[in-house]
Amino acid sequence: MVLWSIILCAMDNRGFRQGSFSSFQNSSSDEDLMDIPGTAMDFSMRDDVPPLDREVEEDKSYNGGGIGSSNRIMDFLEEPIPGVGTYDDFNTIDWVREKSRDRDRHREITNKSKESTWALIHSVSDAFSGWLLMLLIGLLSGSLAGLIDISAHWMTDLKEGICTGGFWFNHEHCCWNSEHVTFEERDKCPEWNSWSQLIISTDEGAFAYIVNYFMYVLWALLFAFLAVSLVKVFAPYACGSGIPEIKTILSGFIIRGYLGKWTLVIKTITLVLAVSSGLSLGKEGPLVHVACCCGNILCHCFNKYRKNEAKRREVLSAAAAAGVSVAFGAPIGGVLFSLEEVSYYFPLKTLWRSFFAALVAAFTLRSINPFGNSRLVLFYVEFHTPWHLFELVPFILLGIFGGLWGALFIRTNIAWCRKRKTTQLGKYPVIEVLVVTAITAVLAFPNEYTRMSTSELISELFNDCGLLDSSKLCDYENRFNTSKGGELPDRPAGVGVYSAMWQLALTLILKIVITIFTFGMKIPSGLFIPSMAVGAIAGRLLGVGMEQLAYYHQEWTVFNSWCSQGADCITPGLYAMVGAAACLGGVTRMTVSLVVIMFELTGGLEYIVPLMAAAMTSKWVADALGREGIYDAHIRLNGYPFLEAKEEFAHKTLAMDVMKPRRNDPLLTVLTQDSMTVEDVETIISETTYSGFPVVVSRESQRLVGFVLRRDLIISIENARKKQDGVVSTSIIYFTEHSPPLPPYTPPTLKLRNILDLSPFTVTDLTPMEIVVDIFRKLGLRQCLVTHNGRLLGIITKKDVLKHIAQMANQDPDSILFN
Amino acid sequence: MRGSEPGLEKKLEVSGFADPASLISMKLLSLAAVVGCLLVPPAEANKSSEDIRCKCICPPYRNISGHIYNQNVSQKDCNCLHVVEPMPVPGHDVEAYCLLCECRYEERSTTTIKVIIVIYLSVVGALLLYMAFLMLVDPLIRKPDAYTEQLHNEEENEDARSVAAATASLGGPRANTVLERVEGAQQRWKLQVQEQRKTVFDRHKMLS
Repeated sequence: MVLWSIILCAMDNRGFRQGSFSSFQNSSSDEDLMDIPGTAMDFSMRDDVPPLDREVEEDKSYNGGGIGSSNRIMDFLEEPIPGVGTYDDFNTIDWVREKSRDRDRHREITNKSKESTWALIHSVSDAFSGWLLMLLIGLLSGSLAGLIDISAHWMTDLKEGICTGGFWFNHEHCCWNSEHVTFEERDKCPEWNSWSQLIISTDEGAFAYIVNYFMYVLWALLFAFLAVSLVKVFAPYACGSGIPEIKTILSGFIIRGYLGKWTLVIKTITLVLAVSSGLSLGKEGPLVHVACCCGNILCHCFNKYRKNEAKRREVLSAAAAAGVSVAFGAPIGGVLFSLEEVSYYFPLKTLWRSFFAALVAAFTLRSINPFGNSRLVLFYVEFHTPWHLFELVPFILLGIFGGLWGALFIRTNIAWCRKRKTTQLGKYPVIEVLVVTAITAVLAFPNEYTRMSTSELISELFNDCGLLDSSKLCDYENRFNTSKGGELPDRPAGVGVYSAMWQLALTLILKIVITIFTFGMKIPSGLFIPSMAVGAIAGRLLGVGMEQLAYYHQEWTVFNSWCSQGADCITPGLYAMVGAAACLGGVTRMTVSLVVIMFELTGGLEYIVPLMAAAMTSKWVADALGREGIYDAHIRLNGYPFLEAKEEFAHKTLAMDVMKPRRNDPLLTVLTQDSMTVEDVETIISETTYSGFPVVVSRESQRLVGFVLRRDLIISIENARKKQDGVVSTSIIYFTEHSPPLPPYTPPTLKLRNILDLSPFTVTDLTPMEIVVDIFRKLGLRQCLVTHNGRLLGIITKKDVLKHIAQMANQDPDSILFN
Repeated sequence: MRGSEPGLEKKLEVSGFADPASLISMKLLSLAAVVGCLLVPPAEANKSSEDIRCKCICPPYRNISGHIYNQNVSQKDCNCLHVVEPMPVPGHDVEAYCLLCECRYEERSTTTIKVIIVIYLSVVGALLLYMAFLMLVDPLIRKPDAYTEQLHNEEENEDARSVAAATASLGGPRANTVLERVEGAQQRWKLQVQEQRKTVFDRHKMLS
């Protein structure tokens, strides 16, 4: 299946290369059809009479000379220049331009499809390619998730021992068919050898413990070292969780190589190493990055998505959904996560595509069956015990805890990351990783709840104790004499439960502290799992406490109505689940997608209300203590140009307060439409660093014609100097439809109309910034020109808007770094 | 960052197998293909005896201690009566005993596990070898040749970078042999990673 699609992908690619030339030509002719009015106006405005006075005359000339589009044939001969219409690294895309380019392309294909059968097939395959791409993304990300799950599980167990029945089995699979598993020691079997058994051939005594301890730390250090050095040598972009950057990329920023092949390979490989090293991190966030890399790479196979940055971002939104779908085994939750948390532009079509991609990815992972439990995640739970209305009180308490944890985590983690960014600490990424790993491993080994992998811990905490469970958490005293299976009443806690409580409390402290230092290190690290673990531990502690309270104080009014002797009234596993949701919500500030993910994990619809209550409370509490979620905080820390769509801008500033040039600055750098030479333009390019220039009729009139991007300009001039005969430094560059009348014996002119954006966005100088910000947000603009009485006055870029917002929020406006 | 200019990328794609990045992608895709093929076997494969189990956990009952039973039986036979053998209780107690037992049918694919672990280890091994090559062997055998220098110069002159990229994509220095092309692609990739490293580790512009 996959092979077939790869072949198809290659064929599509080749077919496109042949077809690209003609399609480009036609699109340029299409553009030409649209600018006839502009052409007509060119002749009339060559003086500096105030524009308003000239309107009548303009109209006249429009009607009179408007038909003169004779030499359109010239554009047919113009070759498309490679590179024009693309973006530089660390730049922002222009959504409007990209979307209109795609519409042109689509229109052209539709028009052509009536001409021949081949063109019809082409148009059908073009329409179909989006879905095919989703299928491929689902298959690839599902397979990679399976690979990550299986190898991470194996490597985690490798820290403790190895299977002699086949080195590729993890502990559980090693003892899968063993005849020697006993009821008392369920996870021991002769096939599985701990390191002390292999080295000193005994598993008893202090020395064996020390050997195991030593091997555990050693493996952890080795895995962490491998992870950080692979990241450093091959793909530095593979570190971190990736979600803040993906959010920024989806909002229109370009980071070349961030979603590339090497990033994909290295992130997949090192994610396994990082998870197995026992550090307090999860694989969920990085899986979203991995899925987005899959999406981006597969985009190269499809003409429609390769050349259009806006279309590609639609695909990436869907890929993010597929990533969460496989990370949590929650396809719907994935779609909602993409919608609520990551995506910037999410039309309905993308929703359906995300749905499909998430479905395929989940199906693929399910057929690999990485955990051998026919589920997509390790911590799938299934219990359906009812809950009582009174329990909402502890659930809300858990929500408050989650909110506090979220605010604390964000604040301390950002402080630590800022320290890393600005001080000497950031110079030693490898040593940092090794030190944190060593501390984690040394502290983790003695406590069995920290020694096991975090997802196993969560699955144990979510678990509802039955009679058959052997873990310490389920060590209750059985004082009843029922021979019936099924529902168990509340029971008094045994010794095991009490010691487990102590250990869990210690685990909670360790996790809280160490996660703050782990997130943001230079290895792939997600924080879903650690956050969930913190919440689950807190929830379980509270749950067991409530259970014992109810058992010993049944006479209390709060309990006696619903919790009689021998009834099963409190499920500690449910508390763990609610706690996990609350903590995750506090850190990420998700609500809808979080609840959906959690109930897809648990398969119980009756717990929606507790989960909602906890998620909402934690969001309120966390929002009261700190405005932004962890991803937004990291975006701001790094100064990415991300225009938050959720917040309102409510200041009474005007466009003229924000636009460049400021009052004392030199005048706005503009190009004139038909009087500048190649040399003039090249001087402007070399003397300024602006990424685009407005084109005006003349410097005196300052009437706007269009906007041209620096990159397009550079490429076109360079290309013309090389290819076009006679273009020298003194050649006139013109952006009009016809070359300006020139004296004889001047060097040939250079026409650059095809790179001119004839429909730049303009606002007047008195437009309130609320509206400008809204325009930037909703249309995804990159820059907007400001006019006064029709004359060009200045320019507002996305960066200016971001800086202005930061300034208004009393933050340092220079923290916005990129364009 | 040069290698990632779209125009150039196109050229690289044309050169196909010669480019290490595309080699990696081939590796990746073939990996995906292998994983994809793994999806097929469970459907028609002869379920070997070690791939299915029915596990029954029976808690202590009267004076009988708890026990775990493991049998290779099909899903429909996965219940206490079929799996618990020999039955530790007399006939009239079987029903009560079996009510306490919990039987679960589980499937796995040892082949998938084996293949995935082997693939994973070999990719890690290959990357480590390549890393060792880049760090130890490469600096020894590589003399500062003209091409690298040219690229370095371009690197320094950041303003001219995009121009240079456009030049290259329009048909700059054409490499002749496959080896040279591999070399060129490798150099470009190295510069790209170097740039990323500067951004992430030195300037701390991103991902900190």
